[in-house]
Amino acid sequence: MSQIPTFSHMPPDIGLQRALGRTPAEIVQEITASGLKGRGGAGFSTGTKWALAAEAPSDQKFILCNADEGEPGTFKDRVILQEHADLVFEGMTIAALAVGAKEGILFLRGEYTYLRAHLEAVLQQRRSRHLLGEDILGFQPGFDIRIFMGAGAYICGEETGLIECLEGFRGEPRNRPPYPVHQGFLDRPSVVNNVETLAWAACILQKGAAWFRKVGTEMSTGIKIFSISGDCERPGVFEFPMGITVKELLRNVGGENARAVQIGGASGQCIPASQFDRAIAFEDIPTGGSVIVFGPQRDMLDVIENFLGFFADESCGQCTPCRLGNRKLLEGVKMLKAGTCSMAYLNELCALGETMMIASKCGLGQSSPCAFLSVVRNFREELMGRAHPLVHA
Amino acid sequence: MLMTEREFLAAEIQNLVDKYGRQRTSLVPILQEVKRKYHKIDSYAMQVTADLLGIHPVEVNSVVSFYAFLGDRPQGRYVIRLCRTISCDMAGKARVMRQLENDLGIFFGQTTPDGKFTLEWANCIGMCDQGPALLVNERVFTRVTPESVHAILEECRRAFGQHATERKEVHLA
Ligand code: SF4
Ligand code: FES
Repeated sequence: MSQIPTFSHMPPDIGLQRALGRTPAEIVQEITASGLKGRGGAGFSTGTKWALAAEAPSDQKFILCNADEGEPGTFKDRVILQEHADLVFEGMTIAALAVGAKEGILFLRGEYTYLRAHLEAVLQQRRSRHLLGEDILGFQPGFDIRIFMGAGAYICGEETGLIECLEGFRGEPRNRPPYPVHQGFLDRPSVVNNVETLAWAACILQKGAAWFRKVGTEMSTGIKIFSISGDCERPGVFEFPMGITVKELLRNVGGENARAVQIGGASGQCIPASQFDRAIAFEDIPTGGSVIVFGPQRDMLDVIENFLGFFADESCGQCTPCRLGNRKLLEGVKMLKAGTCSMAYLNELCALGETMMIASKCGLGQSSPCAFLSVVRNFREELMGRAHPLVHA
Repeated sequence: MLMTEREFLAAEIQNLVDKYGRQRTSLVPILQEVKRKYHKIDSYAMQVTADLLGIHPVEVNSVVSFYAFLGDRPQGRYVIRLCRTISCDMAGKARVMRQLENDLGIFFGQTTPDGKFTLEWANCIGMCDQGPALLVNERVFTRVTPESVHAILEECRRAFGQHATERKEVHLA
């Protein structure tokens, strides 16, 4: 397992102690000043999210940690939870102080059930050290965290899908607005943050906003944790500053001869070798941290076939463009592979992809055609006129 | 058997409702425990859960059918979920799949006739740097090869003796 130097050099609980000496507004101010953006991929300003939840009038608020890491190629949250759970829970506690919440829930994906015992033990330790519970180091009214297990649905990684699941419903994303910061879990103001975001929040309280801003770019501050897999010599979890180019990243992991790289998981963008000078940052290629490397031997149609199968499987089915669109695109890829797709039909499929991106309700349907469209755009010459197989599968 | 299976199941669900509270937010945790213990959530279990939580059975069914880890189909004692997503695919999941099917004599989506093993697909289980990866119930196995499939299955089979005793104790209680 690769190192996470910044996290491992960060002793837990100093950030929380600093937070306890400040007003909620000052905590929010520090996070806002750091420029921290949601590390789940959407890139919304964490400070703004906390500020909105802090302002929302309610006697009950929730801090929800999104540990439903299901994006293909993503595993950094698993490592953070294994090795730095204290920082994550500390971040949740700081968020609670900032917005005035008494209850936190860690939404852990069902696939990570084996992490639960460890996380419960860390929570128990924190309670016994008065870092959680009725009073936190003398601070009333306290805050506690419980773990909720997901039941195997990618869509619950979407924040309103996650809330639906917590409430005992199908994890179908809600219409937004209202946003969870105003009406989230049980219609109360709720902050939903990714595992990594919360851990960084704890580090920022410890070291200060200026420390965080020192790395990264103007719009994308700080360090980002990446999950790197696929055709490279050193797959694993890495820390790189925001704004790193694809080329530099590949050099670090031994994937220089890649023909393409999928950034941001299946719902991200497929970048061909000609664009490896681009930067990984919210202003250029946004990411939740997943990087999948495709070596020279890979058939890009196999890749998108796999992605579209995933989306067809994981679409919650609420909206037609997403429910049927992913299946149509998948069929199209199979036709391309079999060499039976006309150019006119390929163009129609691209139009369908564009429609899905506009007409779908949540991020899944809005981004699932991205890989398809970018492969059609960038690898066009490979797609058409493949040999018909003798027997159609 | 002193209690019929149904009465036993109903009592079990009542206990779970007491434990988690009689509210909608308890639904998923209750169903998860039923599934873990009985390896299925049949229509009777859904009916009882619905009654005890004061919601319509159709609501319970819609939740059960939505989540990959719930579902009303009976599953084996060991559910093997092989990751089919891209990184594991590139790392050679197809051969692991074939070996699992060969060794168990069933296809993916099926359960062995003795009710011991079920083969299912998983969508990315967060082990992409160490694929092919699979879960056996809650345990994770990485860098699985067609050869190591046999050892994994054997380990499960060895554990069955233990399970048989556990089950006997449950019935005596
Ligand atoms: S876009 Fe897809 S996943 Fe999202 S709400 Fe619509 S059907 Fe569900
Ligand atoms: S792709 Fe198989 S675990 Fe992620």
